[in-house]
Order: sequence, then structure tokens, then C-alpha cells
Amino acid sequence: MSTVTLDKPVAARSEGGRRTPGDALVAGTSHTMLIIWSVIVIVPFCWVVLSSFKTSKEILSSPFSLPAEWSFDNYASAWTKAGIGTYFFNTVIVVGTALVLVMLLGAMCAYVLARFEFFGRRVIYYTMLAGLTFPVFLVIVPLFFVLQGFGLLNTLPGLILTYVAYALPFTVFFLYAFFKTLPDDVYEAAMMDGAGEWRTFFRIMLPMAAPGMAGVAIFNFLGLWNQFLLPVALNTDRDNYVLTQGMASFSSQAGYNVDFGALFAGVVLTVLPVLVVYLIFQRRIAGTVSTGTFR
Amino acid sequence: MAQTAGGPSEENPWGAAPGRRRRKLTLDRALFMTVFLGLPVAVFVIFVVVPIGQALFYSLTDWTGFSPVMNFVGFDNYAKLLDDETFLKALRNNILLTLVVPLVTLVAALAIAVVVTTAGPSTGQVRGLNGSGFYRVVSFFPYAVPAVVIGLLWAQVYDPAAGLLNGMLTGIGLDGFKDYAWLGEVRAAMPASMFVIIWASIGFYTVLFVAAIKGVPAEIYEAARIDGAGRFRTAISITLPSIRDNVQTAYIYLGILTLDAYVFMAALAPGGGPANSTLTMSQHLMNTAFKKSQFGYATSMGVVLALVTLLFAALVFVVFHFAGGRDKKGDVR
Repeated sequence: MSTVTLDKPVAARSEGGRRTPGDALVAGTSHTMLIIWSVIVIVPFCWVVLSSFKTSKEILSSPFSLPAEWSFDNYASAWTKAGIGTYFFNTVIVVGTALVLVMLLGAMCAYVLARFEFFGRRVIYYTMLAGLTFPVFLVIVPLFFVLQGFGLLNTLPGLILTYVAYALPFTVFFLYAFFKTLPDDVYEAAMMDGAGEWRTFFRIMLPMAAPGMAGVAIFNFLGLWNQFLLPVALNTDRDNYVLTQGMASFSSQAGYNVDFGALFAGVVLTVLPVLVVYLIFQRRIAGTVSTGTFR
Repeated sequence: MAQTAGGPSEENPWGAAPGRRRRKLTLDRALFMTVFLGLPVAVFVIFVVVPIGQALFYSLTDWTGFSPVMNFVGFDNYAKLLDDETFLKALRNNILLTLVVPLVTLVAALAIAVVVTTAGPSTGQVRGLNGSGFYRVVSFFPYAVPAVVIGLLWAQVYDPAAGLLNGMLTGIGLDGFKDYAWLGEVRAAMPASMFVIIWASIGFYTVLFVAAIKGVPAEIYEAARIDGAGRFRTAISITLPSIRDNVQTAYIYLGILTLDAYVFMAALAPGGGPANSTLTMSQHLMNTAFKKSQFGYATSMGVVLALVTLLFAALVFVVFHFAGGRDKKGDVR
């Protein structure tokens, strides 16, 4: 038995380094398919970037040529005239605040649910879980009137609180799994040293959960930055628009006189921050769940 | 699961502590748990749970929103839905989306994930193709772009005259596509919209599956290879069963996405497309509520949407349960 199992890896290793014809075939086919897919993903974006430097007339008359001259006029008019600048600022405030709040509240909730046994634990956990599956459309009308009742309709704080509430189930669900895996010994040791629950959480358990927190935070950032339905229904004051709303109204409101150049520039401006966050953290995104068994 | 649920220990959680996480309740601990649970749960209850309850109630009324007049009409709204041709059309569109989009997305995402993690050279360590990091980065990227922007972008790509797609098709000699309105033809609008959602979703699920596959111990793959399993066999017999739970979760997520589909569809074809061919329940709901102010009727659509979503999730659970009998995990999950 042992000789058999030993034999084969040795045989495999003897031809190591060289690729078999099968390898080459599989690699070739896979690369071809993946390159085609990458082109389908990338080309529309390149086209948008290119178009964002053209005048609207150029876009309509010769959609595929290079811009006659590379000008940033579209960006200027998108930023100021179309109000993208204001929307950008609003989005940063709303998403930033909501993100900090939801990570804090989510970690608190997940920690208690994962590491304490008490009456009603399952009820809370499953209610949160159900919150993940219920479509927002079920509540969009009542939510409108709840916010109105608090005087928070069409305000940024109202939007922030709503974002927090709807990002909470996702956050709790994933951090719950994370806090469950943290070793009990550390907690016991901290208790033994008289750290108390509060200090144990903020000084020991939370820092230990940092990798999980980072992963969830990135996903929350992307989700909140891209949120559209909640602001469309609950934040109809033009001064308080967030980017996604601004983009949608920008293209629809102008009707047949759409400033295409500024529209494309607006797309680039909306995508750029998420692209930066994504490129910086893409390893973390991929690694959030992975332990890097082999790479 | 839930071995202790309903048991005596559940009724008296602070008594003798049998569970390993059951500890004595000191004042400090009680305060800690109250604050830590109270704040998040309060936010959740006020903004999620209460509105759900209200929605169920509103759906039984003829409320028009801004006047206090509200008559209880029982299940009239639901009966009306059965006769609402537009709603039924929208429901069928959503079902069509849910049949096609998750399946295509998952198959493509799984294929990419398998290739970039385990389809590398058959000698040496089990690993992915060379340069797989690049494909992963590229294909995830659409997830980072707001769905509205993706919709707007593709609406431009599909533009009959100045769009990228027709420009490329006529460029390679297919002149039949000159001025073809991808989103304006009944036959093409739905497939074209589906493609956009699939295009936008594949990357996210690829990353999800890549992470899951990397969590499978490398020894299993090495053992399979030693036993002579090829790449395809390994993918079917090792990878797929190992990440079954992730696939199930992904299927449910995608189903929730396609039963909603509001953002994509609203950006691609705000009016519901030619002959309502891409109208979704969510779009119909938003029109009924915020344009026609029939809030009671609109919330009944929301309830139906939620029920269909739950039904779908339950269906996926049942199918996956019978499709492969892997052991279930014991804990609350």
C-alpha cells in the first residue's frame, strides 16, 4: 500500500517542470476563453473613457474615432453644471458615516450573538437572517412614512440610518461566523486578568476580528456606494442626491438633449473611487474567506 | 440543528451553566449585552421589522398615501393582482429572469473559478493557470460599478445609431445590425437585458467561488491527482461537492437579484421595454406607488414579491438538499 502511494508522486515529479500536451491544450483553451471574456468586460469601459473626452457632437457623429482633441471640458461640466461634485460630496458623507456605524453596530451585535448564550438569541439571529432575504420593495412604502414620521425624510441622516439598518443583516451574518471561530481561551484569559466585557471586546476580540471586519467593510462600501433604490425613494431633495441618483436623473431628465459627453464623464467620475478601492483591496476581497491553502 | 431549542435550558438560560458559552450574569455583563444588542436591534426593528409589519397591513387597505383615509379591504388588492395583466406580465418576466440569469451566471463563474484555481499544469503543486490573478481582477470589476451606471453604460452600448455594439457588428460586415434597436425590439430586449445582468454578476461569484475553492485543503486535490483524476473529473467530483454550500447561497442571492432586478431594468429601459417585455414587478410597484399613489395596492405587490422570493429560496434549499446528501452542520447557521 505504502509503496503504491509513494510511487506515483515520484513519477509525477520526475516529469515536473515540463508541461504535458494536455496541459498546453487546457491552458490554451482556457486562456482564449478568459481573454475573450476580459475583452467583453474591459472594452465598454474603455469606450466610455474615450467618449468622455469627446464633444457630444463627436459622440453622435463618429462614435468610434479617437477624440479630435483631448479636453476635460466634459468633466468640468459634469462636476459643476450637472452637480456631480455636490452628489459626490453627499455620497462620501453618507457612505462614510453609514459604514463606520454599521461596522460598529454589526460587530457588537454579531459578537454577542456568537459568543453568549441567552434567551432569544436564535430569534434575533433568524430575524436578521430573514432581513437578508426580504426584498426592500416590501418595505419601501412604509419606510417612506416611518422616515417622514421621524422628520428624517429627504435628509442625509435619514438616509444614513436606513443604510445602516439594511446593511446590518449582511454584516452581522458574516461577522457572526467570524467571531465564532475566535478561540475561547483568549477570552477566558482576558476575563481572568480582570479586563471586563467592554475592554475584552474593544481591546482584544475586535482587533482579532480585524481581517473579517476589513473584508465585510469593503463589501459594505461597494454596496452602499452603489445603492440606488433607497435614495430614489427616500431622498428626493435634489441638493441631497447621491451619485447614483444624480447619474440616473442626469441621463433621463435631459431627455433628447442629453449631454452625452458629460454623461460619460460622470460615469468615469462615479466609477473611479470604487475602482481605486477595488484595486487596492482586491487581494483582501479574494482573501477574506480564503486561508490561502494554495495559491 | 438547534439541539437545545425548546429544551429546559432554553427556558432558564441563567441557571446552572451547561453550555460552554453560558456564563454568570454580572451587572457589567448585563449592561454590556443590553447596549451591544440593544442599539443594533433597535435600528433593525425600527427601520426593517416595523415597516415589514406595516406593509402587511397596508396591503389589506385601499390607502392612497397622503390622506388619512384608509379603508380595510381585506384581500381585494390581491384579487385585483390576479386580473392585472401588466402585473402578471411583469411576474412572468421576473420568473424568466430567475430561470436564466442565475444558471448562466453560476456556470460561467464556476468555470472561471475552477480554471483560475486548479486548472494549472498537472505537475507540481495544484494551482491555477498562469496569470489567473489578472482574470480575477478584471472579471470582478463590474461588481464595483454601480448597477445604475452599468445600466446607463449598456444602454449606450446598445444604442441603435451611436452604440458600441452595432458599430462593432457593422464593422465586421454584419450590416443587418445597422440601427438595430437591441432594447427596442420585443425579441431582443429581454435577452439583451439578461446579458447585462449576467455580465455584471459573473465577477462577484467568481471571486466568491475562488475563495471557497482555496478553502478546500490542498491534500484532497493532490490525493485526487495521485488517483489519476483529470481536471474535469476533479472539478465535478471534488470541487463542486466541496463548495456546495457556497453554490447554494450564490443561487439564492442571484434569485433575489433577478426577482428584484429593478436597478438594471430601470436604467436600461425605464418604461418597461417594448410591449412591457422587460417590465419587472419592482418597476410596476414603484410606478403604482410613487406615480399613481396607490400605496395599498403597491404594497400588496411588495408582499407578493417577498412571497415569491421566499418560495424561491425554499425551493433552492429543497433541491440542493435532495441533489446531494452532504451532512448538515449542527449549529445555528
